[in-house]
Amino acid sequence: MANVERPLSPHLQIYKPQITMVTSITHRITGVALAGGTLLLTWWLIAAASGPGAYATVNGFMESWFGRLVLFGFTWALFFHLCNGIRHLFWDAGKGFELPTMRKTGMAAIIMSVVLTLLTWVIAYSMGGAS
Amino acid sequence: MVELTLPKNSTVGTGKTFSKPQGATKLKTFNVYRWSPDDTENPRIDTYYVDQDDCGPMILDGLIKIKNEIDPTLTFRRSCREGICGSCAMNINGTNTLACTSGIDEMDGDINIYPLPHQPVVKDLVPDLTNFYAQYASIKPWMQTQTPPPPDRERLQSKEDREKLDGLYECILCACCSTSCPSYWWNSDRFLGPAVLLQAYRWLADSRDENTGERLDALEDPFRLYRCHTIMNCANTCPKGLNPAKAIAEIKKMMIERRG
Repeated sequence: MANVERPLSPHLQIYKPQITMVTSITHRITGVALAGGTLLLTWWLIAAASGPGAYATVNGFMESWFGRLVLFGFTWALFFHLCNGIRHLFWDAGKGFELPTMRKTGMAAIIMSVVLTLLTWVIAYSMGGAS
Repeated sequence: MVELTLPKNSTVGTGKTFSKPQGATKLKTFNVYRWSPDDTENPRIDTYYVDQDDCGPMILDGLIKIKNEIDPTLTFRRSCREGICGSCAMNINGTNTLACTSGIDEMDGDINIYPLPHQPVVKDLVPDLTNFYAQYASIKPWMQTQTPPPPDRERLQSKEDREKLDGLYECILCACCSTSCPSYWWNSDRFLGPAVLLQAYRWLADSRDENTGERLDALEDPFRLYRCHTIMNCANTCPKGLNPAKAIAEIKKMMIERRG
């Protein structure tokens, strides 16, 4: 019996997604995305310091539809990580662990992140930043 | 280590479908994970039909009926049938719970039953919980004292101090929470997991226990305690309605408070 190679019981494949679980993994994914976004920001700053030619290249990318999509995702990742990060601060103080509270704050983080992202982009476009 | 997919020998195939009982009007479908160490086949899902008019109300009743009347080879743990022993913990329709306290009628559609997730399988719905029990032993789950006990009576506790153990002492160690936790899935070799940490806090919170410092020292480790990322599957799944994540947060607070 000891020599039997035992199978591993299914886990991710069968576990029912729940809001707390989804916000948790999204927090981690947006954290990684933010690191990538920071590289983008650095690229932009270096280009700005290098001269008009390099700056124009980066701006060209940022203004393309793909660049805008990346920036939109970056904005949402930032706001989600921020909103969910506030939940983490409460948890660190031992607060907000009751399940109904957990689910409400989770929904709130998702909704707020979307609202703030859209608001930022509406403001950006209305200020005429994009041509 | 994070492995999102199952190893080759663990992927689940389709198994047998047993015939429907004659003349039944209220049928419930049970899709059950099967694996036997006696052959070299991969795990599979067998399908059984249970006549609800001729069966007790709980999922455990359904499993016992299947074992008694349809397929005696079906293997699962059960004992008290009233949610106090924790033996029949399993994954039912995507969340871990006790088969004996879950009603068949609570489940819409088919009932899909798997063993507790990310554990080595002994047979069918029986997981190998050796590591879980060893981790429980590692937190020394008994009262430790330095001072001699009063000569004429037990160590007493005020009502208020006793109340601090509410929500902790009720744990039946069924392992539903630990095996629901992705952090525990990936790091069960070093992370103690929600059930064992809830028990660790049960002794930290006990006014009679005098080894708080040593207990905290033993937990001060990047993995043992701090792999909890407040994913909350533990509290969502606990069949006794307890909140291991909150207990873990209390331990983290004690760690900070003692640094002063």
